[in-house]
Amino acid sequence: MRAQDGNDRGNGMTIRMLAAVAGVLATGAAHAVNDMPGGPGVNQLNLPVGVTKIAADQWWVHNFLMIVCLAIFVAVFSVMFYSLWAHRKSRGHRPADFHESTAVEIAWTVVPFLIIIGLAIPATRMVVEQKDTSQADLTIKAVGYQWKWGYEYLKGEGNGISFLSTLTTPIDQIEGRAPKSDTYLMEVDNPLVVPVGQKIRMVITANDVLHAWMVPAFGVKQDAIPGFVRDTWFRAEKVGVYRGQCAELCGRNHAFMPIVVEVKSAEDYKAWVEGRKKEMLAQLDDPTKEWSQADLSERGAKVYAANCVACHQANGKGVAGAFPGLEGSKLVVGRQEDQIALLLNGKPGTAMASFKQLSDVELAAVATYTRNAWGNRAEDPIVQPKDFTAARKP
Amino acid sequence: MSAVLDHPGAHDDHAHDHPHGWRRWLFATNHKDIGTLYLWFSFVMLITGGLMALTIRLELFQPGLQYVQPEFFNQMTTMHGLIMVFGAIMPAFVGFANWQIPMMIGAADMAFARMNNFSFWLMPPAALLLVGSFFAPGGATAAGWTLYAPLSTQMGIGMDMAIFAVHILGASSIMGSINIITTILNMRAPGMTLMKMPLFVWTWLITAYLLIAVMPVLAGAITMLLTDRHFGTSFFNAAGGGDPVMYQHIFWFFGHPEVYIMILPAFGIVSEIIPTFSRKRLFGYSSMVYATASIAILSFIVWAHHMFTTGMPVTGQLFFMYATMLIAVPTGVKIFNWVATMWRGSISFETPMLFAIGFIFVFTLGGLTGIILSVAPLDIQLHDTYYVVAHFHYVLVAGSLFALFAGTYYWLPKWTGHMYDERLGQWHFWMSMIFFNVTFFPMHFLGLAGMPRRYADYPMQFADFNMLASIGALGFGLSQLIFLTAILKCIRGGKPATPEVWENPQGLEWTLPSPAPYHSFETPPTVK
Repeated sequence: MRAQDGNDRGNGMTIRMLAAVAGVLATGAAHAVNDMPGGPGVNQLNLPVGVTKIAADQWWVHNFLMIVCLAIFVAVFSVMFYSLWAHRKSRGHRPADFHESTAVEIAWTVVPFLIIIGLAIPATRMVVEQKDTSQADLTIKAVGYQWKWGYEYLKGEGNGISFLSTLTTPIDQIEGRAPKSDTYLMEVDNPLVVPVGQKIRMVITANDVLHAWMVPAFGVKQDAIPGFVRDTWFRAEKVGVYRGQCAELCGRNHAFMPIVVEVKSAEDYKAWVEGRKKEMLAQLDDPTKEWSQADLSERGAKVYAANCVACHQANGKGVAGAFPGLEGSKLVVGRQEDQIALLLNGKPGTAMASFKQLSDVELAAVATYTRNAWGNRAEDPIVQPKDFTAARKP
Repeated sequence: MSAVLDHPGAHDDHAHDHPHGWRRWLFATNHKDIGTLYLWFSFVMLITGGLMALTIRLELFQPGLQYVQPEFFNQMTTMHGLIMVFGAIMPAFVGFANWQIPMMIGAADMAFARMNNFSFWLMPPAALLLVGSFFAPGGATAAGWTLYAPLSTQMGIGMDMAIFAVHILGASSIMGSINIITTILNMRAPGMTLMKMPLFVWTWLITAYLLIAVMPVLAGAITMLLTDRHFGTSFFNAAGGGDPVMYQHIFWFFGHPEVYIMILPAFGIVSEIIPTFSRKRLFGYSSMVYATASIAILSFIVWAHHMFTTGMPVTGQLFFMYATMLIAVPTGVKIFNWVATMWRGSISFETPMLFAIGFIFVFTLGGLTGIILSVAPLDIQLHDTYYVVAHFHYVLVAGSLFALFAGTYYWLPKWTGHMYDERLGQWHFWMSMIFFNVTFFPMHFLGLAGMPRRYADYPMQFADFNMLASIGALGFGLSQLIFLTAILKCIRGGKPATPEVWENPQGLEWTLPSPAPYHSFETPPTVK
């Protein structure tokens, strides 16, 4: 990809200069942006070459098609523009009166047909290759949530690991109070980690609405469909960090749920798996323990920031007309059972999804947090994890 | 336009007297009056949708969130799409059909005058519902113009208003189509066989059949959405045994023919204009007709190319890829025929011709990116990125809209009785052409680099091209004010137009005086 970006940089120069003039007018100063490692280059003009065979093939097929299309374009329009120039009235050209020719019609039906067959052959090979998800070394499930990704290692080394992956770009950067970094909007707290050179089968689904899991450097894009499981695969051939974004409109924060994949060497991956497993053991909360309100609220603030804040906002006021506020909400300060049921089941027909993928401790923490934050005074302020455990039982 | 109609009672034909003032428009049964209503309605919608586009481009001028919040941004992208497709482009073509079809086939009027009135007057309430939904609690629908489930089941009442509006617009389209088909099949002048019809009439005949075939499918899809939202059904809800992807299948079974509904009449307009200004008959008339019909038929078997990333089996991907690529063949035939029409003609470059040539040039670019998108393994990279946005604006703006501009300048003298201001027309063309490309060409690069569409904010690396596109969009929007000026000026006066308007044009409409009489052909002409 780097080599490709090198070419692009030359081509993009003129355009960048044009835009820079406008940029200076608009902002007073444009700050230097660098290519994003594993993401888009500055003013990148072509597909990335990528780090998988599929992506490289796509790059090649695209270039091939571009040449064919360009040739057709030049051929057709050199004829047309020659005619516009040579056969114009102001030059005194007299019109001919031919108006049909079966032979010509047949020729320009058959020739494009043959060209298309020529294009279809490499394309067919690639479709078959892309769809072959068999014999994977590692199977990972990706779940699209509004608005983050969840990963679960299902099969192969690391199986059992699961975590959520959320955007880390600070709101100050988004709202223009802080300078934006080179990885603006394409950085997450927990990237997906995979070993290099292994065939990774991604099993993709969604929890609420459609999302799409896309990583251009892998040549992969697969819609995440709630209630259905679809799969795709990649085999990254180079260690590094690769980035993509959600590609199917999924509501308010569609632009804010990126995908970051870290490709590690076999040893590094092994070390990561061990570290992650230890961490998970240490983090394993005891859902039967009685928690104090302070501990729950402290934990709950984090859970809230990672899961709820996009709609209900940090100040608990929600977004008028779209997402209800939690401040003073009857449901939040009311009966515990109602809040527990809402968190576990969501509210059909609204953006309030089920959050049953969170642990009982996390759910209890966030419930306790909301019952006491922003001046809320619930009568029974503490929800214990065991209340959720009980509510989950059918 | 008004000049045609401003001398109503002056003639002696009192049997065909008609109301004046506002009644003339509300109770309009005359094909020209209704055509005028359609055209002005679509212009207002074009400006409305255009302002939404400018809001989108304003927010995307720089990375970061500056002017609007993401939920409002999504409402803008959704309503821009719905309003442009259903409010601007489709009604504009119906306006052309109303004005031109009776004149081109030698009829007095459309077949069903009162249904014609009703199909127009259904549109303003639908437009009010769409625009009014911004003021509903939760705002307008923000699920994208495709209204994909299950996101669309999350929306507020604005979504229901949009569903109702689309239902009404669908009913209007179906009535309009029935009227057009009946008129064309029954009211042609003696001697005008099907294979002697002007190409614009042919393309509309085929388009009308497409509309009747697919509008009910859309109505079905959005009705299922409505019952999912309010009456406890689970057509698209997996938790209740439904399937979100089924919505996409039904929607695109409508949606793909829909894009040809918006382009076939444009082909028709261009096929009228190129011969006139090349002073040479259309090359390959019958192959043009067959190509149009082939495109229409193929349009029914390619819908799932909008869904390559949903994860369909290999055979499914291959079938839809091959079928889609096949469309390039008849489309190519049309382009070759137009070029052959110009070849060794005697070409002049009045505004209609400029727009028609511009159409061929830019539409072909959109067609070529269409071939690239049809290749399923590449579409995996490009689907739902700005490449797609660039592609469909090349075929819809540079395609349909440029053809509509071309047609307007071409027939405006016939409608008003005055020549338009050629200098304004030329300015309109060149500004539109340049700014269109400044806006949409950079989007190809954004898409190739992986910028997803419907994004309120984007990484820094995409900043320059977005800024360029926003500048272009502003220029393109302002250029349309030239169009408005040219039209208003032409309606109010100008050099009187001769009946032929242009140099020896073909077609019955040019045998009528300019402006055309209120009832186009009271005695049918004979076509040899």
